Amino acid sequence: MCRLFALTASEPVSPMHAIRALDVMREGHDGSGVGLFLSDFGGPLAAFKDKPILSGICTREGLRRLDAAMEDWGFTPLWELPITPQGPRPRWTPERDVYVLRVYDMPAHIAALPQQERELALVRTRLELRHMGLENEDIIVFSFWPDAAMIKEIGDPLQVGEYLGVERDELLCRTILAQGRQNTNYAINLYACHPFFIQGISTMTNGENTAFVPIRDFLMNQGVPGYEGYNSDSEVFTHILHYTLKVLGLPLEAYKHIITPLKDHELENHPQKAFLARLKQLCRRMIIDGPNCVIGAIPGGTMFMVQDSKKLRPGVVGGRPGLFAFSSEICGLDFAIPDRDRSKDVQPMHLDTVIVGPSRQEVTVCRQTQPLPLHS
Amino acid sequence: MSANTAASPSQLSIKDLPWQIQWREERCTLCGACTSVCPVGAIRLGVFRKREIHAHPSLSTRPKTTWSIRYGIQQCTEPHRACVGCATCTLVCPNDAIMPMHSDEKDKLRMHRNIGGQARTRGGRRNDNESVLDRIKFIRISMLTDPALDAGRHEFDLRTLLGRVLPPQEGVRAALDGGWVPPVREIYPLMIGSMSFGALSPNMWEGLQMGVAYLNEELGMPVRICTGEGGVPPRLLRSRFLKYVILQIASGYFGWDEIIHAIPHMKEDPCAVEIKYGQGAKPGDGGLLMWHKVNQLIAAIRGVPPGVSLPSPPTHQTKYSIEEAVAKMIQSMSMAWGFRVPVYPKISGTTTATSVLNNLTRNPYAAALAIDGEDGGTGAAYNVSMDHMGAPIASNIRDCYLTLCALGKQNEIPLIAGGGIGKNGNLAANAAALIMLGASAVQIGKYAMQAAAGCVGSESDRCNICNIGKCPKGITSQDPRLYRRLDPEKVAERLVDLFVSFDTELKKIVAPLGRSTSLPIGMSDAIGINDKDAADRLQIRYVV
Ligand code: SF4
Ligand code: SF4
Repeated sequence: MCRLFALTASEPVSPMHAIRALDVMREGHDGSGVGLFLSDFGGPLAAFKDKPILSGICTREGLRRLDAAMEDWGFTPLWELPITPQGPRPRWTPERDVYVLRVYDMPAHIAALPQQERELALVRTRLELRHMGLENEDIIVFSFWPDAAMIKEIGDPLQVGEYLGVERDELLCRTILAQGRQNTNYAINLYACHPFFIQGISTMTNGENTAFVPIRDFLMNQGVPGYEGYNSDSEVFTHILHYTLKVLGLPLEAYKHIITPLKDHELENHPQKAFLARLKQLCRRMIIDGPNCVIGAIPGGTMFMVQDSKKLRPGVVGGRPGLFAFSSEICGLDFAIPDRDRSKDVQPMHLDTVIVGPSRQEVTVCRQTQPLPLHS
Repeated sequence: MSANTAASPSQLSIKDLPWQIQWREERCTLCGACTSVCPVGAIRLGVFRKREIHAHPSLSTRPKTTWSIRYGIQQCTEPHRACVGCATCTLVCPNDAIMPMHSDEKDKLRMHRNIGGQARTRGGRRNDNESVLDRIKFIRISMLTDPALDAGRHEFDLRTLLGRVLPPQEGVRAALDGGWVPPVREIYPLMIGSMSFGALSPNMWEGLQMGVAYLNEELGMPVRICTGEGGVPPRLLRSRFLKYVILQIASGYFGWDEIIHAIPHMKEDPCAVEIKYGQGAKPGDGGLLMWHKVNQLIAAIRGVPPGVSLPSPPTHQTKYSIEEAVAKMIQSMSMAWGFRVPVYPKISGTTTATSVLNNLTRNPYAAALAIDGEDGGTGAAYNVSMDHMGAPIASNIRDCYLTLCALGKQNEIPLIAGGGIGKNGNLAANAAALIMLGASAVQIGKYAMQAAAGCVGSESDRCNICNIGKCPKGITSQDPRLYRRLDPEKVAERLVDLFVSFDTELKKIVAPLGRSTSLPIGMSDAIGINDKDAADRLQIRYVV
């Protein structure tokens, strides 16, 4: 089973800190890959808050095609973080031509769009590049979004982190999702590697999504750009969250009501019983069956953790004002934030959404039995 | 027949019949129970004369001839009296002296079932024991993440939705802004399909209704039963049990006068209204209740004179196109109950099912689509329709589900699958297979008759005389001497057994697949079949 570790901090921290925490939990992953989602940057990237960052991996030919396409569409490179591998290449890590982490300036016609449409234009650009890359397998794009970057590679997380030189000032950031992979298939496709990303939203999951196929069949046909790929059964968790927030316009707290709706007897005394019963019927196609623990980050700097309704995967949240960690195991949390009040650690139960907001001052637990913040 | 007379073309020997009666003289006490109970008069008391020759070993003594008279059972060979293999004679024989045996070759009777130019009619199902559903295996066992679910201890929610489910975006808006939202019922995914009061005996109908009420009120299982086209006893219409009932309206509109007049007196809305456009057993034919079964009671409930055959027209009279007819009917039925009751059409399995479905997706009031495959049962139909007409349910449901997926409307119009589910006894496995192919619910009729009332009909053409009112089990007869055999309380008890054991088996199927919080509709990765062509056709995994 994969191991997950996430940090949310008031002061930028190094992604390597999260990778080291993953290493503490190494019994739970087999060193077959690592994925990082980084956001809310501190270093030089802070100067480009509104400019999309392209993250991915290319061959030299792929990069040439990518450059040509981006130029064609009017995106101009502003800043680039050169990632030069150092030291011995970890076992299983393939030799890559170029790791891309590059800030672009948007063409005027996109920059001038209203927010919703501008966001969609960025999603579409990422998808175009992804599709281009699939043709010759020469471009892999993980994200293309302001103030968000992703690094994914095959190999032992700690070794890969060192090999790619993740410990550097330019990558200091306030929101980090990190996953250490437990490989379940030999042909490792980086698109199957968590965290997953769409329109500023990123989640990672461990466990097995037994309801994957019907959920995928539903999402794929909703006509929402980006609901594609599904190289991993966990990708639907990211898309369901996106659907909740962006398509349905519901708050984060509603996510849990969609993936694991309340049972009838639990709904009985809920103040929004009628609405939630309806929501359960409407969104029944997105009910998950677990066992899963989902950790995610949404635009604005909020981080959360939820469990499936049978509570079969481990997960804990803890920390101190200014620094909180979301971890698969307590040993990861102990490593990352030893000087915290352990009595305040939270292990979410089957009704809980554990949230640390952008102020990073406290952990809040939202139970599904509480009222949802809804506006009609 | 004597050896020197002409044989008429339809003069058959016992060997030419599908069922041969084996009678054991040494056991028979000549009580006459079998001959009096036989529903078709296939056996009668036989008087046999026997010549015995007593020859002495010594040549000097002359042999003697004596004659004796014996009594026994004789099988009739006239086509209309051919044994139907029901084994009611066996059931009543106190000495196990008599039993029907199936012929070792195809009978010749089948060429003579048309005496007088009357094509054969019968009840039952398609006479074919094959079932593609039986060959579907559940292969995606959850071994990756432990622990796998425990069918006995985990909490399961296996209910399904009957009613139009809006696209989530629209539905959330409507729910927040207080707009109209179509009625949706949360029901058990195994439904009792339409069997009319009239096709079934009063005792059978009552037994099923009692069983359904018990399942709902005592066991909390929201099982629903469809009336078929034959009206509803007035007391049921005015009772709280109506909420467990799906009222069927078909092209004959039998009983609807009474139903419409009862609306102001109804304590509860019915669960739903099913508009029947077609039936799997006899596509293109309307319902048929033969005159033998139309007694005073049936006639009163249906609003017709007694003693006349009641054929429903093959189509609804208002039908110019299915699109228009369905739209009109759905609209008027919805209106009758103030848009609080889901209304959906039922059609026979057909390659045009996807077109009907496409039409329904554009009709916001269409609450579901029920499809009755070629293996669906009936109380009366032409043999040719039953054996040769209609499309199989598996590919029909799959096509419809994939059509809905492509439209992004999966499960918004629930698909209800019927026709041959459990025909070889594998009820839960067949139902689960259909659900994973894309059905939101499944309907049974024949299986409920077999399990809850002991119907002996089979796809080897056993019994199947439901149409003539002579049902030996009292299930499909309107003759009190016959239906008295059936105790409604016992039917109810067996129906409850059926559902409770089905529920256990369904959990035994879904738990190892890692599913418990919602019915795994369309979980096609869970199933496979050892036939490449079938796998390709159904878009499921080929496994050997
Ligand atoms: S099996 Fe049925 S039809 Fe045949 S002789 Fe016996 S009672 Fe009559
Ligand atoms: S037992 Fe009754 S219901 Fe069953 S096939 Fe025979 S006649 Fe029909």
